[in-house]
Amino acid sequence: MGFLEELRALFPPGRLLTREAELVPYESDALTAYRKRPLAVALPEGKEEVVEAVRLCYRHGVPFVARGSGTSLSGGSLPVEGGLVIALNRMNRILRLDPKARIAVVEPGVVNLEVSRQAAPFGLYYAPDPSSQPISTIGGNVAFNSGGAHCLKYGMTAGHVLGLEVVTPKGEVVRLGGESLEGVGPDLHGFFVGTEGLLGVALEITLRLLPKPEAYHTLLAAYGSLEAAGDAVSRVIQSGLLPGAMEIMDRLAIEAAEAAVRAGYPRVEALLIVELEGPKEEVEEEARLLAQVIRESGALEVRIAQSEAERQAIWKGRKAAFSAVGRLSPDYIVQDGVVPRSRLGEALKEIGRLSQEYGLRVANVFHAGDGNLHPLVLYDGKKPGQLERAEELAGEILKLCVRLGGSLTGEHGIGVEKKGYMPKMFAPEDLLAMERVKEALDPKGLANRGKVLPGYGQSPHQGGLKTDLGELYA
Amino acid sequence: MPEVFASSLEEVQEAVRTHARLRPKGGGTKPALSTPKEGETLLDLSGLRGILEYAPEEFVFTAYAGTPLKEIEETLRAHGQYLPFHPPLAEQGATLGGTVAAGLSGPMRERFGGLRDFILGVRFVDGEGRLVRGGGKVVKNAAGFPFHRLMVGSLGTFGVMVELSFKVFPSPRATQTLRLAYGNPGEALAAMERLRVLPLDLLALDLIPPATLEIRLGGFPESLGKRLKRLQEILQKEGEVLAEDEAHWEGVRNLRFLEEAPIWVKVPSTLALVPKLEGLPLGPRRYLGGGELLYAGMEAKGLESLRRAGIPHLVLKGAQDPLFPLPPEAFFREVKLALDPRGRFPLG
Ligand SMILES: Cc1cc2nc3c(=O)[nH]c(=O)nc-3n(C[C@H](O)[C@H](O)[C@@H](O)COP(=O)(O)OP(=O)(O)OC[C@H]3O[C@@H](n4cnc5c(N)ncnc54)[C@H](O)[C@@H]3O)c2cc1C
Ligand SMILES: Cc1cc2nc3c(=O)[nH]c(=O)nc-3n(C[C@H](O)[C@H](O)[C@H](O)COP(=O)(O)OP(=O)(O)OC[C@H]3O[C@@H](n4cnc5c(N)ncnc54)[C@H](O)[C@@H]3O)c2cc1C
Repeated sequence: MGFLEELRALFPPGRLLTREAELVPYESDALTAYRKRPLAVALPEGKEEVVEAVRLCYRHGVPFVARGSGTSLSGGSLPVEGGLVIALNRMNRILRLDPKARIAVVEPGVVNLEVSRQAAPFGLYYAPDPSSQPISTIGGNVAFNSGGAHCLKYGMTAGHVLGLEVVTPKGEVVRLGGESLEGVGPDLHGFFVGTEGLLGVALEITLRLLPKPEAYHTLLAAYGSLEAAGDAVSRVIQSGLLPGAMEIMDRLAIEAAEAAVRAGYPRVEALLIVELEGPKEEVEEEARLLAQVIRESGALEVRIAQSEAERQAIWKGRKAAFSAVGRLSPDYIVQDGVVPRSRLGEALKEIGRLSQEYGLRVANVFHAGDGNLHPLVLYDGKKPGQLERAEELAGEILKLCVRLGGSLTGEHGIGVEKKGYMPKMFAPEDLLAMERVKEALDPKGLANRGKVLPGYGQSPHQGGLKTDLGELYA
Repeated sequence: MPEVFASSLEEVQEAVRTHARLRPKGGGTKPALSTPKEGETLLDLSGLRGILEYAPEEFVFTAYAGTPLKEIEETLRAHGQYLPFHPPLAEQGATLGGTVAAGLSGPMRERFGGLRDFILGVRFVDGEGRLVRGGGKVVKNAAGFPFHRLMVGSLGTFGVMVELSFKVFPSPRATQTLRLAYGNPGEALAAMERLRVLPLDLLALDLIPPATLEIRLGGFPESLGKRLKRLQEILQKEGEVLAEDEAHWEGVRNLRFLEEAPIWVKVPSTLALVPKLEGLPLGPRRYLGGGELLYAGMEAKGLESLRRAGIPHLVLKGAQDPLFPLPPEAFFREVKLALDPRGRFPLG
């Protein structure tokens, strides 16, 4: 029997998509500039079906891509031409929520925000909060080690995953980690998080939950320049405070947010949002210190949320910023580089210069607390050559981040989009080590083929295992 | 026993290329892990030390793997910062590399998380003598395979760590400790269960069997008193406020309570597992991190009972087979083969 026939035997009609019109929605993720036609899309409803599908792929040598909600901004869930897409959205059950143990055991297709929603009655929540949390899935978050506004204090997804059940590309099912915050032996589940689906498919995920902070103190400060806002961030850090979040938006991002959701932001060069959180007595003291620091930072205007509604109003504009930029420009690329916090000013200045040089507008929204930039490069895809220029500019920004001692990505992953820049950040031996691990777990190179690894080295094995890794990267 | 000493990256690479089986040792505080077995050459890394980069305003430092924790913590303290996972055995000479390799966190892991939440990057020499980097030197990074997280608890089996980068935090300005003695273990456990889900931001929450809780608070001196009072109200119990807060917790994190025991073991726990653990013949012990982490001292029969009950654990001192159970074959085997194909580095 051929691959497709065997798949048909596995999935009932309606859960195996092969017609052109059905496949179109799966041809790209949120980075729509790239498109690939898969052979088929399978919609499993249980982990046995995923395992069987992966085993079929292995037997027939067919590449596959696991997919959550397809909100990746780096082409991470782009299909492989002629390969299988395993779409996990229907595996969206929270299998167990144990408030005493402070854990949730979930299927990979569970939407991030749903975990916090279900945990709320117990006073608990799931900390990692990508802006896409109302739609992105835990499986996608795990693959990308997703972040959000609270990473400085709470870390990224990796710290919140306690255990994983995974099917390896060869079709073996393993359990990594457990249910305790602690483990013994190599932290294999920690290693799996962030490998972008190259080492297998997560079938079940055990998450740690945290008590919801008791009190918040949310402050919005307006500045006459981006630099002044950046300076204020350094002052906050130097004062010894550890805010839950520190976010900056520039003029263009503010305008976009205002046009979209009317958050009532002051029209200035830069806005800083600082949020303190913790026990109420502690937050009170911290707020006193923060007020003094912000006063000394030369803020033009300061607003402090007096209620939960006012707090939500402050966050509304920030959270809508990405989609709002869509109102200013037909198309844009979101970049995701990281720089050491002390080099933020330098980075922003250089981004401004590059924007001038390329004649393309760049809006800046970023997680200032952890140096994670999100420059939005605005362009018009209908104008010939603009996409290429925008990509080139985005690439310049990435190289800049690496040059300043940072990283190519803080949270959106490498995907297909940034794999060409990997050799800027990693030495040949680093990349070779990644390839060797990939090849050992996935000798046929099937799992999310063509992502992350730029194909720097040759096959490390002499004779023996012949793989097509080399061709993939060509 | 053959022994080599490496105090530079090149010397580590040279050692790896010339010796068939190597066992790295930092300070030797976990002798069950760092004592060579038959046929192994000891690789002494105590000379590979020193802080390479530290920018307090970035909350990040990078140091050689053989750097004693003590040295790192002194440097951080001068800038009002600390390692929030509070690594054990600092006083006895534990090194950064040994702490990562063993995967150890101490009592203050309760507040912000364990070692795995703070490691940012690594440079290690793999089994072929190649230098490999994973992660980076910024607090947020998602590029490439996270080899730094693979090192946590790895016991050196994938390679010799030479350099490590960590996130750090500002130290609490002041701390206070409340000790509460309960009438029976059930009550103490119930109280801990309650505290775990409340938004109290406890620095440490320990259970000392049979029935004592120790709770550490940290923050602004002005708020501490009020928070302590609230805690007492929640628990409807006065307890005892410790005068020697700092010295007490240094003793705990240096595992002084295990000193008399011949065998030292780390056990990942959960609240549900505590009653079962309490039924085993273990010696002096303490549950840290709200019951998620047990350090216990014991004799041979205690260790046997853990093994018989199938409870995962890591022996730090006093036994031949330190790791139980071995990692899951289907994933571990491949990663090991990729990084150490000649099997130079033992696991445990
Ligand atoms: C009870 C006790 C009390 C002690 N008291 C003192 C004291 O008061 N003063 C004093 O100076 N010394 C003391 N020592 C000895 C001292 O603790 C050791 O010298 C100490 O430095 C051990 O280093 P370590 O704990 O970091 O890791 P180790 O025990 O050396 O190693 C732990 C594990 O990590 C691995 N490993 C270590 N480094 C690396 C690396 N870079 N890469 C890969 N794998 C690695 C090892 O192979 C091993 O698996 C004491 C020891 C004990 C047991
Ligand atoms: C408006 C917007 C805002 C965003 N904001 C943020 C943000 O603040 N922070 C952030 O980190 N990201 C952000 N993102 C990016 C994106 O939402 C995240 O990367 C998210 O984790 C992707 O989840 P998903 O379910 O959509 O995964 P997909 O896009 O479907 O897949 C992402 C990757 O995960 C792999 N994958 C999916 N499921 C599994 C599985 N079960 N096992 C193995 N691999 C799997 C895929 O193969 C792919 O490589 C944003 C995206 C948008 C569109």
